[in-house]
Amino acid sequence: MTAVATPKFEAANERKKSRRGFFLALPAYVYLSLFFALPLLSVVVYSFAKRTSTGGVALEEWNIDSYTKLGEPIVRDILLRSFTLAIITTVICLVLAYPFSYFLATRKASTRNIMLVFVMIPFWSNFLVRNYAWRVLLGNDGPVSRVTEGVGLGETTILFTPTAIVLGLVYGFLPFMILPLYAAVERMDWSLIEASRDLGATGMQTFRKITFPLSLPGVIAGSILVFIPSLGAYVTPQILGGGKKTMLGSYIVTQFLTARNWPVGAAVSTVLMVVMLGATMLYFRKGGRTL
Amino acid sequence: MAGNAKQLKGNTRWALGLNATLVYVFFYAPIALLILFSFSDDPLVGRWGGFTLDWYRAFGENEEVQSALGVSIRVAIMSTVVSVVLGTMAALALERYRFRGNKFFDALLYLPVIIPDVTMAVMMLLFFTIARNAASTIFGVDVSKGVWSVTVSHIAFSISFVSIVVRARIAGMSEKLEEAAQDLYASRWQAFRYVTLPLILPGIIGGGLLALTLSLDDVVITQFVAGPGSTTLPVYVFGLIRRGVSPLINAVSVVMLAASVLLVLLSLVAQRARGGDVT
Repeated sequence: MTAVATPKFEAANERKKSRRGFFLALPAYVYLSLFFALPLLSVVVYSFAKRTSTGGVALEEWNIDSYTKLGEPIVRDILLRSFTLAIITTVICLVLAYPFSYFLATRKASTRNIMLVFVMIPFWSNFLVRNYAWRVLLGNDGPVSRVTEGVGLGETTILFTPTAIVLGLVYGFLPFMILPLYAAVERMDWSLIEASRDLGATGMQTFRKITFPLSLPGVIAGSILVFIPSLGAYVTPQILGGGKKTMLGSYIVTQFLTARNWPVGAAVSTVLMVVMLGATMLYFRKGGRTL
Repeated sequence: MAGNAKQLKGNTRWALGLNATLVYVFFYAPIALLILFSFSDDPLVGRWGGFTLDWYRAFGENEEVQSALGVSIRVAIMSTVVSVVLGTMAALALERYRFRGNKFFDALLYLPVIIPDVTMAVMMLLFFTIARNAASTIFGVDVSKGVWSVTVSHIAFSISFVSIVVRARIAGMSEKLEEAAQDLYASRWQAFRYVTLPLILPGIIGGGLLALTLSLDDVVITQFVAGPGSTTLPVYVFGLIRRGVSPLINAVSVVMLAASVLLVLLSLVAQRARGGDVT
């Protein structure tokens, strides 16, 4: 005997399902609240705390000193440098990844899958080691130097400069641009491009008015995925920048581990999180939902 | 003029093909050279001095490297097991049910994926310091950082990655199969055990391998939450690199890279098993 689907029965069923879902999610919910949301909140709280003379933190006397400190020339330079390098990295990745993704999307399925796997490997594999490889390549007697010497350009001296940092960041994060971009280009309605061509638009016009707008969600997603980690980069500036010109990531680390000025470190981290949240919200507002 | 828009014309095709080739060379040439130099019998890195396995032998005999490797493996296994269970449950909850607060939970689950390493590292350091102070004032016990705090942090970011991969798998699967099982008098547990679980298993395995890779590769967060005696291999190597390059680091790097590439490939194979399409 099957139950008749009365509204009351349906509602009770819905409630039961809802409760079941809640209990399934509960362990991860509790874990992330305790070991992710709470730590995140404590960083925000500490950014308003006062640094005591001994390097400790006084929570009672809360203030915004740490944020006003962000306007000081030294910190402002670091912020500016980090934003500049992150933007340059994002633009280079976009310029390399767009034609790549377009090409990828036009291959036949079997070729495409193989090509994709070879993008996924650097996407997930060890970031530290991949940056270290460039340290070896760019070193004094490294192969890059010998090639430039061979063609008469002299020794390569880009190691420990901002150029090397950008190179390392592009190398590290290029797959983060390719994958969402490819997903967007592959998914777009290609018949619109055909229609545009049939109606006599030039290649450039088709790209500007049809292809690019259609792939915009991928462009935004990829740019966010490259920009955010570039802005907070720590490993790359340490290995390839030699830690000479400080960037945001290194500055935060210094405030926490050596300078023992936790409120300032927390304030910079909070700014980084706000930028991240802003970028993510912009992305979801634009209606994209890849990756 | 009807033609396939995916058909590229001469020049465009040539230019795009060249760009793609250069991108792959850019991706793989540095790795290939690093592998080559790890076999080079020259104390200067980046120089070819004949074939040798000395650096790999040094890797095997170096006690600090071996103990760091041991810590890495222990942390990776523990964090993977926990994050696979929690991440899979979260994925099932979000894909199959609507419950109060599911939107907020969804957002909370995405955050660890996009938050920069350094920010998460600082968060965890602060949290463990506060927790330690609280524990010593309230209970009078000393809970200093160690393998446990590294594991707790790795679980915190791995849950999200596991749940994303598993969700992709569940999304591609029809709910009808579970309903059919229950119509045929399977209990909810039986329906899960014999229908749902086998179908989403490739996703769970893929997600688990990814969690393993992420845990074995993490350096920034681990560096902040590791205590004495809980140095993992990447943290140890990062410390070495900051003091300078050496052929030993080349060899250790190649081993680490090989491990992570192997795990990634296995993960991709698992995710694609039986027609599952995961981007």
